[in-house]
Order: sequence, then structure tokens, then C-alpha cells
Amino acid sequence: MAKQNLVEAINSGLMVEMERDSRVVVLGEDVGKEGGVFRVTDGLQVKFGLNRVFDTPLAESGIIGVSIGMAVNGLRPVAEIQFEGFLHLAMNQIMNHAARIRTRSRGRFTCPLVIRSPWGGGIHAPEHHSDSPEALFAHTPGMKVVIPSTPYDAKGLLISAIRDPDPVLFFEPKRIYRAIREEVPDGEYTVPLGKAKLVREGKDVTVITWGAMLREVLKAAETADKDGVKVEVIDLRTISPMDDVTFLESVRKTGRAVVVHEAPPTCGVGAEVIARINEKALLSLQGPVARVTAFDTIVPLTKLENLYLPSPERILAGIRKVMTF
Amino acid sequence: MIEKFDPLKGEMLRILHPDGRFEEALRPDLSDAMVTIRTADQRALILQRQGRFGTYAPLIGQEAAQVGSAYALQKGDWVFPSFRETGVLYMMGAPLSGLFLYWMGNESGQKVPEDVNVFPIAVPVGTHPLHAVGAAWAAKLQGQKICTAAYFGDGGTSEGDFHEAMNFAGVFQTPTIFICQNNQYAISVPRKKQTASKTLAQKAVAYGFPGIQVDGNDLFAVYAATKEARERAVSGQGPTFIEAVTYRFGPHTTADDPTKYREDAEVEEWKKLDPMLRLQKYLQGKGLWNEETEAKCKAEAEKIVNQVVQDAEAVPPPDPREMFLFTFAELTPALKEQMEDFLTFLKEKEK
Repeated sequence: MAKQNLVEAINSGLMVEMERDSRVVVLGEDVGKEGGVFRVTDGLQVKFGLNRVFDTPLAESGIIGVSIGMAVNGLRPVAEIQFEGFLHLAMNQIMNHAARIRTRSRGRFTCPLVIRSPWGGGIHAPEHHSDSPEALFAHTPGMKVVIPSTPYDAKGLLISAIRDPDPVLFFEPKRIYRAIREEVPDGEYTVPLGKAKLVREGKDVTVITWGAMLREVLKAAETADKDGVKVEVIDLRTISPMDDVTFLESVRKTGRAVVVHEAPPTCGVGAEVIARINEKALLSLQGPVARVTAFDTIVPLTKLENLYLPSPERILAGIRKVMTF
Repeated sequence: MIEKFDPLKGEMLRILHPDGRFEEALRPDLSDAMVTIRTADQRALILQRQGRFGTYAPLIGQEAAQVGSAYALQKGDWVFPSFRETGVLYMMGAPLSGLFLYWMGNESGQKVPEDVNVFPIAVPVGTHPLHAVGAAWAAKLQGQKICTAAYFGDGGTSEGDFHEAMNFAGVFQTPTIFICQNNQYAISVPRKKQTASKTLAQKAVAYGFPGIQVDGNDLFAVYAATKEARERAVSGQGPTFIEAVTYRFGPHTTADDPTKYREDAEVEEWKKLDPMLRLQKYLQGKGLWNEETEAKCKAEAEKIVNQVVQDAEAVPPPDPREMFLFTFAELTPALKEQMEDFLTFLKEKEK
């Protein structure tokens, strides 16, 4: 066991699965020789050769389209889309094809495909490099959406995603790619898809979040402690299928909830979380559920980016709002 | 052969000429299939008019392009069809009753038998050739001695994904055959408004692999070109693009009125090139086709198609659970809840 950051843990997950299962292939722009622009696929081509790791032409729809063909004919492709903003070029392949194959063929053909993509803001990147489009895909029947927030979970969830019989979008919070190091087992292990994680126990308010926002939420929770407010924190980990059991149990206990995400609020995943709380735990609530999110705007460039993304201060303000209702 | 006919020079492969003259080459006996497919196609139209089909995309006029190409494919090859490929499905052994069931509104018709590698028909235009390239690439990597074929039309060549598919196929030398049935129209837009290229076949040149223009109403020419393309594919020589020049006698789909965008005179000119007529002329010349054989062949086709319709209509309406069960390998908690709530609602409604 060694301490690894998110990049190293995902790389380790790919290594383990490629070693274990010869059907696993990796393809995408610059994933071979370069090892990916964030080095997530570093060393894979050297280790597994030119017939397992492919640098493709610069064509996102093409990458996903051929991956679908590979998946239906016996391989387990792990396709990288270099930045989440370029996923939209492959939208038709994901929504109209990958997600529908099992339904359209009544299970005769399936699409065990993983699409990896760096996701979210916070690295002062150019336009189209800082979006959080998880809601678009969580709204697509037939797609699973995973967003890890720690190196341990990233490796375990990726291995589960690769072994999953259906298409999975695996979003990697680029802001924390190298920000967190923790003990990650060398060999194989899985973290199940569709299971949220209770990260911090507290009795007063439940904060539900995912991805890079987890760190910000934990910072806010520490500050709230000083006010005497005990914050329970839940990391969703899988956006779709969503584990509502874990957060509903928590909300029934605390009676208050805040959802924090870095995507825009309208029709965001937070809205779904709140809808489920309303449907199943409304009578446990002592006040309305708050959302602390980015805005219904285009992600701004660097000068305003830090203001756009929820900060510990804004999260704390959200917590105080529900505590004082 | 494919190298001999250069689309840039306007050369087109043609074995059976409109006047019935035949370039001695391969002559598979496919008249039964041609007649059966036309019969099935005409029946589908009738079923649509009677309200027993939803929509249908007729193929009449394109029988030779479909029968000739699919006949050259082998068991184990993969076909990625678009929505006008009734003839291809029939030739590949995908039961027509399944396709009819699909057009009647039941997805389970697209569940082909385990030994038939025919993908569900693609409705988005020109985006499925990528799947054929991916499946071919997977075949190459896994040492499968097969090829994949993508079927699409002239309109499909305008899509960005068509370009990406051709490009990937060229770069990775995948065993893929791109079979473009140029039927002259994408709904109402004529072929010359899709591209300024003189031919569609010449597009392959830009991707670094051969393209050939074939008389798509010449059964034997289509067969010969596809056969050679398949040989190239399985022997590691990479992809081939085949432009089968043909004509859609009918509408785009049953929801369309072609008299709004094309002249009757044009249709009449093309009808002279009817692939069925040409085959019959040839067979007559050989003494293999007369009124008796024709009647027999048509009666047999009617019998087959009657059975297809009967089989499709015998399938009971799907259980409402089917909506949910195939979204993922296993029902997610949310889907399970939605399904159970809905079934309870239905049960209570019945009371």
C-alpha cells in the first residue's frame, strides 16, 4: 500500500484491470505516448503495447462511436474524452446509441463501455475546460454517472465501472487530481456503483455533495463545528443510479439538508436530491432544503472563476440559512 | 477489380447491362430472394396503410443493392443497418417477422437470434458506420476472421460521423465495408445537394482506401464488388467503400409524398432500370424465367410473407415491465420503484 493522489490511483485502477482482463483496451486523444494530458494513462502503452492502448484521431464522436462497436463485439473499452466540454461532440453517440443498445435489442447486444473524462472547474483552465455536465447524463436513461472525490474511491469505483455490463461515464474532478494523497491498496478492490458514503457524522444538518466540492464542504463543516453546529456530510459518489437511501436516512435524523454542487442549479442533480427528500422525508424536515451551487451562467474565466464555484464561506452561509429557518 | 474502376474517371462497374447483356462473371441464383423482398416490402406498405404498421421506410428499387451485397457477406460477419434494409436483414438471416414486429411498435422484434450479428436498425442517419468500424477493429484485435458492413445512404455521407468513421477505418485499417446505397434522395434533397463531389465513391480516396462506384441495380455487380471488398477485409487489406448507384422508387417513408420534390418523368426513367426487370430479362434470355416460374416464385414469396405477418401479429402485446427491464442489466432502485408503482397503479385501475 502506498499513498497516491487521484491521478495515480486511477492509473493504478487501469493497470490492475488491464492486467486482469485482456479485453480491456484504452483509447483516446494523447492517451498513448503522452500518457494523457493529465498523465492518467501514463505508462499504459509501454506496459500493454500498441494493441491495447490507442492514440486516436482527434474526434470525440468517433472515439465513442468506435468504442461502442468494440464493446458490442467483445472488448471492454475505456475511452478518454480529454475534457468534459468536448463530450458534447459525442452526445449523439452516448445518448442515442450507447445508452439505448440494451433496450433496443432487448438485451441481445450490450455496451460495457467506460467513458473517462476530467470534469469540473478550479484549475484556471481555458473555456470549455471547467464544466460540470453530470445532470445531462444522469438524465439519460441507460447511462450511469460516477464522480469520485478521493483516490481510494476513484480506483475502486473505476474498477467497478470497467466490470459493469452497461455504459458508465466516469467523471474525474480535475481540481483535486493531485490535491489529495491517501493510502490506496496496490492490487484490485472495488467500491460499488450506486452507493453513497457517509463521510462525516453530525446530528444537526446533512450536506450532500460530490466530486471536488467534498473538500470545500468538509472545510465548512469544521468551521460550523466552532458555532456548535454538527454537520453530517454525504458524498454521493455515484450520481446515477442515485443512492437516496443513505441521504434520506441522514435527513430523517438531522431534519435539515443542504445540497452542494459546482454545476448550475436549474435542473441540476441537486434538484433531484431535493425532490427525493420531499417525496420520502418531507415530514422529517424542519425547514426548506438549501442549494449551494454555481450559477445558471457560463463558467467564467479565471478572474471570476473562484467566485463562481461554491466556497467554504458560501457553503457555511447555506448551512446557517437552514439552521436559522 | 475495385482498383480497376476509378470513380475519379467516372468509371462504374456494371456486369448486367440494362438491355440484359451480361458480363460473364458470377451468377448466384438470387431471383427468389429478390422477389420475396419486394413482396415483403409491398406488404409492409399495405400493412401501414391498414394501420397495422406505424411508419415504414420502403426499399422498392434497391433490392439488387441489398441482396447482392448481403449475399457476399458470410455467417459471423456483422451488419450495421439503417432503417431501409429489409432486404439485407432477410439475407442475413434476421427473421423478417422481427423487423415487422418492430415496425408494429414492439422493440423485441430487434432481438435477433444469437447466431445473427445484425445490429438494431439505426434511425439517426449516418452515425452508425462508427459502430461498424469499432466492431471491425475489435474483430481485428481479437483475431476474428470476419468483416463488418455499415449500410447507409447518400444523405448519410453528409454527416460528421460518416467522416469520422471513414477516417478511423483508414487509420486503423479495420475490416469494414461501407455500403452506401445512393438512392438519389435524402427525403426530398437530391444527391447533388448533399455534396459537390462528382461521385460518393471518390470520397474514399481522401481516407486512404479504395472506393468503387457500382451500378446498384445490377445484382451481380453489387455482389462482385462486395465479395472482393470482403476478401480485402478478412485478408488484412483494410476497408472498402462501395457506392451502389440506385433509386428509391417509393417515398422516404410512408409519411412522405415524393411527388412534391421529384418529377414523374424522372421516376419513369429510373423504372427502366428496375433491378428486378433486368434480372428477369437476363433469366429469360437464358431460358430460366417464364410466366410459370414467375408465378411459382411469386406464390412462394407470398407464402413466406404471409407467414412473416402471421408470426409478427401472433406476438402478444408486451408486458409493461418490458419498458423497464432492459435499461440496465439489473433494475436500479429508482427503476424498480417506478415499475412497481406503475404496476400497482395498473392493477388498481383494473379493479
